[in-house]
Amino acid sequence: MNQSKKILLAHGGGGQLTAELIAEVILPAIGGQDASSLNDAATVAVGGGQVVFTTDSYVVQPLEFPGGDIGKLSVCGTINDLAVSGAKPVALSMALILEEGLEVSLLCRILTSAGQAAKDAGVTIVTGDTKVVERGKGQPGITINTAGVGVPLAGANLGFERVEEGDAVLLSGPLGQHGLAVMARRGGLGVAAARKGHYVSLQSDCAAIHGLTSAMIETLGSKVKWMRDPTRGGLAATLAELSAATGRNIEIRETDIPLDPTAHAVAEMLGLDLLNVANEGKLVAVIASDAAEKAVEILADHEIARSSAVIGTVGQSDDVPLVEMLTHAGGRRIVQTPYGQDLPRIC
Amino acid sequence: MNHLAEIRKDIDSYWKRLSSGGKSVVQLMEICGTHTVAISRGGLRSLLPEGLRLVSGPGCPVCVTEQSYMDAAVHLSGISDVIIATYGDMVRVPGSSGSLEQARCDGANVEIVYAAHNAVELARNRPDKQVVFLAIGFETTAPATALAIRQARDEGVTNFSALTAHKLVTPAMRVLLSQTDVRIDGFLCPGHVSVITGWREYKPIAEQFDKPCVVAGFDDEQILAGISEILRQLADDAPSACSVYPAVSADGNPQAKQVIKETFDVTDARWRALGVIPSSGLVLKGEFTNFDTARRFDLPEFETVEPPGCRCGDVICGRCLPTDCPMFGGQCTPREPVGPCMVSSEGSCAAYYKYGTKR
Repeated sequence: MNQSKKILLAHGGGGQLTAELIAEVILPAIGGQDASSLNDAATVAVGGGQVVFTTDSYVVQPLEFPGGDIGKLSVCGTINDLAVSGAKPVALSMALILEEGLEVSLLCRILTSAGQAAKDAGVTIVTGDTKVVERGKGQPGITINTAGVGVPLAGANLGFERVEEGDAVLLSGPLGQHGLAVMARRGGLGVAAARKGHYVSLQSDCAAIHGLTSAMIETLGSKVKWMRDPTRGGLAATLAELSAATGRNIEIRETDIPLDPTAHAVAEMLGLDLLNVANEGKLVAVIASDAAEKAVEILADHEIARSSAVIGTVGQSDDVPLVEMLTHAGGRRIVQTPYGQDLPRIC
Repeated sequence: MNHLAEIRKDIDSYWKRLSSGGKSVVQLMEICGTHTVAISRGGLRSLLPEGLRLVSGPGCPVCVTEQSYMDAAVHLSGISDVIIATYGDMVRVPGSSGSLEQARCDGANVEIVYAAHNAVELARNRPDKQVVFLAIGFETTAPATALAIRQARDEGVTNFSALTAHKLVTPAMRVLLSQTDVRIDGFLCPGHVSVITGWREYKPIAEQFDKPCVVAGFDDEQILAGISEILRQLADDAPSACSVYPAVSADGNPQAKQVIKETFDVTDARWRALGVIPSSGLVLKGEFTNFDTARRFDLPEFETVEPPGCRCGDVICGRCLPTDCPMFGGQCTPREPVGPCMVSSEGSCAAYYKYGTKR
């Protein structure tokens, strides 16, 4: 990446540009490890034991959206990064950057929501920080950073290197609900879509998924080989990363991907591909094929994962590994990491 | 057998009839960018008989918009009290001195709106700024621009204006059929545009040029049904205009057509790659000139310079496929697009790249 260039919004989209920024600017500058070993969370040896450690910042606009708000998101998002790393989340920090002029009542609603999400997840917010920035000089309203620590679950054995040909790819529910709910609210799409009867039920899927991951690891142990939460860049970015890191082709079947008809309708209206839209309460997992059916059963026991399904299969190693989708119509197409963030189309 | 399988069977049987009649190659043009994307996304090309080719047409709003328009938009974004309000597709399109995305990095106010009336709201909320709405697109978006301008007039939102470059679809189809170097055996006509215009709009073209003009919807089944109907007409040697998309009536949406008529005059318009096409564009009527950005601001003349080597123009005229362009996937990618067809989410090159390229 050319040093004279400036940061574009697309650098934060979770696509190719984000990966490039991390690999070519951030890691070399801080003298960190190589990008291929980076995961959603890091495992650190501490005093003879191990902790799993992660951090994430939240800048979502609007601050409140159907199905959640920035407070709930900041708790669930960090819990989920620990969860997919095979850890039991234990404690969170919460740092707030508030904009001068923010309504205290709004702040209260957001923090109450964050507190409730932490309580529901059995996680404690143990430390934090508060700063206030001049009006108009930062993100409007509020920015939240949370960091989280967890302990590795007994029996967890996850990693790209464990993924083999024939393994099943699981998805815990329909795609796109978070990204579309936020986008619809942000764009004032409510009115237009509500007329068609879609908007009313479009809700973010924002939820903590550690109940799903721990249940699977408890029952299936090392048959669970790899997990991710498909946030920015959506399922497409998650699977493209899996394919690139394992060097294996992956085939998914469009007809097996759980569908939320409302999200589907809104995505069609905006010209967006559901595979590229962000989720905040979904799990993608690679499971040994003989345990796939059981894994779906375990997931579907949870309210947030009722429509879990096996959506694809890990294929052979390949020089140019690809994610391919067998479409509804029976055609084939490639699934790849979006460039930045998909923009709604014109007509 | 499900419906999709039946349609595929029909396509195969019409194709057999065409082949036995000596036609081994048929080239159909999907005019609309949304069709182009849906065809790639559904992997539909892989389901069609060999010899049946689909090429893109001039139906992606961003792709037919001239570079000089982008240059004007980027120029306006550099004026300190201007906010550019635009559909998201436009922000990454390169002008000769960069894109709106780059201008935003340098401090320009560029806001993405999903609908024209959002730009009027933006103007109402920011009385200290001039809000310039980038009004592009076909018959689909023109009514929304018309309503937004009327809303601004009625509500006295004087700091709103529109940089209009709306275009009409059928004049471009006529130009393409008059060109000798483009083979078009039939048109898959746009669904959204035809909701407004109605399918009868294509009847004179079907009759004059003997080409099937079939309006289709956007899911896999509807697109294949549209292709099947075109092949049937070719096999029966009975080209006509019709619709297989239930949302489209013969005469379209009279209210939307009326508001276009009452707000715009039809004018000659300049298209990327096609040049000036007579009576193919819309310009604000005299009573709305106060809301015309081109009149409100003293805009310099921008030359039309196509990026060297870029074949977007050939792609949107059906002269070549995106993969025939030597820059495709190398010098020109969604990350560093050279031409608009690689930028727009409806662009043909972007669709080929996203859904069909090995990296």
